[in-house]
Amino acid sequence: FAGLADVSISEEIPVEGQITVPVGSHSPDEDGSTLDEPVRETIMRDLKAVGKKFVHVLYPRKSSTLLRDWDLWGPLVLCVSLALMLQGGSADSKDDGGPQFAEVFVIIWFGAVVITLNSKLLGGTISFFQSLCVLGYCVLPLTVGMLVCRLVLLAGSGTISFIIRLVVVLAMFAWSTLASTAFLADSQPPNRKALVVYPIFLFYFVISWMILTFTPQ
Amino acid sequence: MAAVDDLKFQEFDDAANLLAANPDATTISIEEPAEVPKNQHSRLHQPGREEDDELLGTDDSDKTELLAGQKKSAPFWTFDYYQTFFDVDTYQVLDRIKGSVFPVPGKNFVRLYIRSNPDLYGPFWICATLVFTIAVSGNLSNFFIHLGKPTYHYVPQFRKVSIAATTIYAYAWLVPLALWGFLMWRNSKVMNIVSYSFLEILCVYGYSLFIYIPTAILWIIPQKVVRWVLMMFSLGLSGSVLVMTFWPAVRDDNRRIALATVGTVVLLHALLSVGCLAYFFDAPELDFPAPIIPAHNGTAVVTKS
Repeated sequence: FAGLADVSISEEIPVEGQITVPVGSHSPDEDGSTLDEPVRETIMRDLKAVGKKFVHVLYPRKSSTLLRDWDLWGPLVLCVSLALMLQGGSADSKDDGGPQFAEVFVIIWFGAVVITLNSKLLGGTISFFQSLCVLGYCVLPLTVGMLVCRLVLLAGSGTISFIIRLVVVLAMFAWSTLASTAFLADSQPPNRKALVVYPIFLFYFVISWMILTFTPQ
Repeated sequence: MAAVDDLKFQEFDDAANLLAANPDATTISIEEPAEVPKNQHSRLHQPGREEDDELLGTDDSDKTELLAGQKKSAPFWTFDYYQTFFDVDTYQVLDRIKGSVFPVPGKNFVRLYIRSNPDLYGPFWICATLVFTIAVSGNLSNFFIHLGKPTYHYVPQFRKVSIAATTIYAYAWLVPLALWGFLMWRNSKVMNIVSYSFLEILCVYGYSLFIYIPTAILWIIPQKVVRWVLMMFSLGLSGSVLVMTFWPAVRDDNRRIALATVGTVVLLHALLSVGCLAYFFDAPELDFPAPIIPAHNGTAVVTKS
């Protein structure tokens, strides 16, 4: 390598040129090109992704887009709105009422994390955040059910309203459980499917119980 | 066969047993390591206790302990280490639950069902289910008891969920820890034949709590007699699972310590069920129609209690 030590370009020979990367047909998600777009476009793109996932949950088919492009915006929005709707309930004393905001939050997120850990420990192949994403999005039917319950409670709180609420909550509970099972069951080893589905059932059961026992002041 | 010898001497209590009782046991053990402990114990005890060997499973206790050591070889900070605790299939979990609900007299739950594959799935999810079952059933039962009263306003009593969770998880995870520590301490003083690992004790406690789930649901029935009968029944079933598991572990100890240990296990179990019944389920008030007191002028005055 001794001969290369004195390789240098003499100053008389100018070095010039152009270095350009042909843009061509690159996807618009390339790092550099989304910096210049208007903020509205960025937000709309995320909102559309969230909305698409909501539609996937409402009409659950086995689709992999929900699993591949996970995001936690939807679960956050659902969790916050559910926790907010569960406030304002009966609280004769602070101790005996319904769940506090923080309790709902903790139950949903801690429950989702525990279920995800459980399915991974049993040998599931789904990734951590994908599973959180699915479990969070499948709270959507229950949130809709909570909204319906509050509307029914505005009309009255007798036996008929209780029966309506019971039917609605049962239907939403079944919908949530079936939706999340449809997405998650495939990634489990076949002889442990029931072991993974049962905690999901328990999770949505607890949320449904919180919704059903909500009594206004 | 040198490897077998090495492995043998690692299990100090078994080696000590063999050496203490029969100095030339090592020569026999080289050829048939599985059979010597069995012969050992049938010589030490009366011949009519062969079923105890089945109970203790001493013929494969060496192998099971070795296998347990070989299984969990991943370092504890990796995810794979914890995956070994969830190495159960659906039918295995169901079998273990069945074994805890229908205890077969004379069969040891750990040896029969756990078989050196203790899992954390059962204890954890049975406790979680029990927490929510007790809270929900208590709430429902209180609702039905106070249903007709005009002054009653339904409250979901959500605080009780956190109290239930703390109590049940503390019982199911701390009492096995204390029991395991105690058994290890006794093991160092008295050579016990049977020793359980911490996970196996945890498993037994976790699965023995399963019977309380249907019991808690049935406790909604607002009759005191029914509730106490149910409690006695479930305490009997799960208590017998625990007793049959732990009696062989303390049997060779001082008689009083053995009885005290088993008695404490049963007592704590009873305390848990009585405490849950008393705290989460209001006492059902007697619900007969109000008494009619005949007044002097012939009209009946109905008093509401």
